[in-house]
Amino acid sequence: MDLALLKQLNRERAARRGCILVSEIATGAQRLVLETDDTSADPLAEEFAARFRSGKSGMVSDEADGQVFLNVSVPPPRLVVIGAVHISQALTPIAAIAGFDMEIIDPRTAFASPERFPDVPLHAEWPEDVIPRKVSLDRYTALAALTHDPKIDDYPLIKALSSGCFYVGALGSRKTHASRVERLTKAGASEADLARIKAPIGVNIGAASPAEIAVAVMAQIIEELRKGARASVPAPVREAMA
Amino acid sequence: MTSSTHYQSANHQALETVPDTLDVLAVAEGWRAAGRDVALATVMETWGSAPRPVGSHLVIDGEGNFEGSVSGGCVEGAVVGEALDVLENGKPRMLEFGVADETAWKVGLSCGGRIRVYVEKVD
Repeated sequence: MDLALLKQLNRERAARRGCILVSEIATGAQRLVLETDDTSADPLAEEFAARFRSGKSGMVSDEADGQVFLNVSVPPPRLVVIGAVHISQALTPIAAIAGFDMEIIDPRTAFASPERFPDVPLHAEWPEDVIPRKVSLDRYTALAALTHDPKIDDYPLIKALSSGCFYVGALGSRKTHASRVERLTKAGASEADLARIKAPIGVNIGAASPAEIAVAVMAQIIEELRKGARASVPAPVREAMA
Repeated sequence: MTSSTHYQSANHQALETVPDTLDVLAVAEGWRAAGRDVALATVMETWGSAPRPVGSHLVIDGEGNFEGSVSGGCVEGAVVGEALDVLENGKPRMLEFGVADETAWKVGLSCGGRIRVYVEKVD
């Protein structure tokens, strides 16, 4: 492999951008395909799209080039939680076990205290001050808004939708969510975007306690990650809703 | 996230929270920057119960030092030997390992799987 190519690959990984290293076995020729590249003219375009979705590397046969190996690099999934609440306390170890990098944002310092959350990066600030300066949202990020408080939840929800987060969930009853949809519509969110918000949050397992709700939320995030329609999420990031 | 619980439980706890190819490629770049000869081995195909998923890497330097893994430790020794050849002549090569009766106790995969490993020089 060319050293310059290796450096580029490592740069893409460090920046949490998906890419595929394409190696022709017969010739040893290699190139890097970025997720944001327009590959529509490439005979392997469909293969690339499918592999960005699945994250799986593998060998394919290309008529022109013979055997071609696609080494897929997609960032590890991340979970951004709005609200340092009881559910978030239960969610912290669950997310870690499931392999998610989790961070919590909550401006209420009484909630967002290191004593309550010793094991997870905590931002005791307004989401507006953290996103995207300290926490950038992308299509490999799940966002769960758990405060119930529009002042805290609304901004990150809008940013999560416009950033193409693969999962966007919000705590609250159907009634709460109906008024949320009204507010976010006024703020410029489209109907299609709002339909992506999972609310009431979590898979329906009759969760009652905060810990059970955390399990339901994690299950729903995994479901979206593995079975969801990430393919329909446009890349690169849309900037329409600033 | 890795699909290889087999490997994780046996080896590096720390790898559970980091994508397991990330480090190896960073190591490869770091070694090159330090002026070392570097070969990169990649699992390209697996059949049966291979211990490491397709796309896993092993990085090898000219002294035979290595990081990462392409199996659960079964064939790394053989891959390192081949990598030293690749570093010398610069030509990539494809290796295949499986459980053949006569080699099962040498460099076979004890789990019964079969893997193809591509070895190339980073230059």
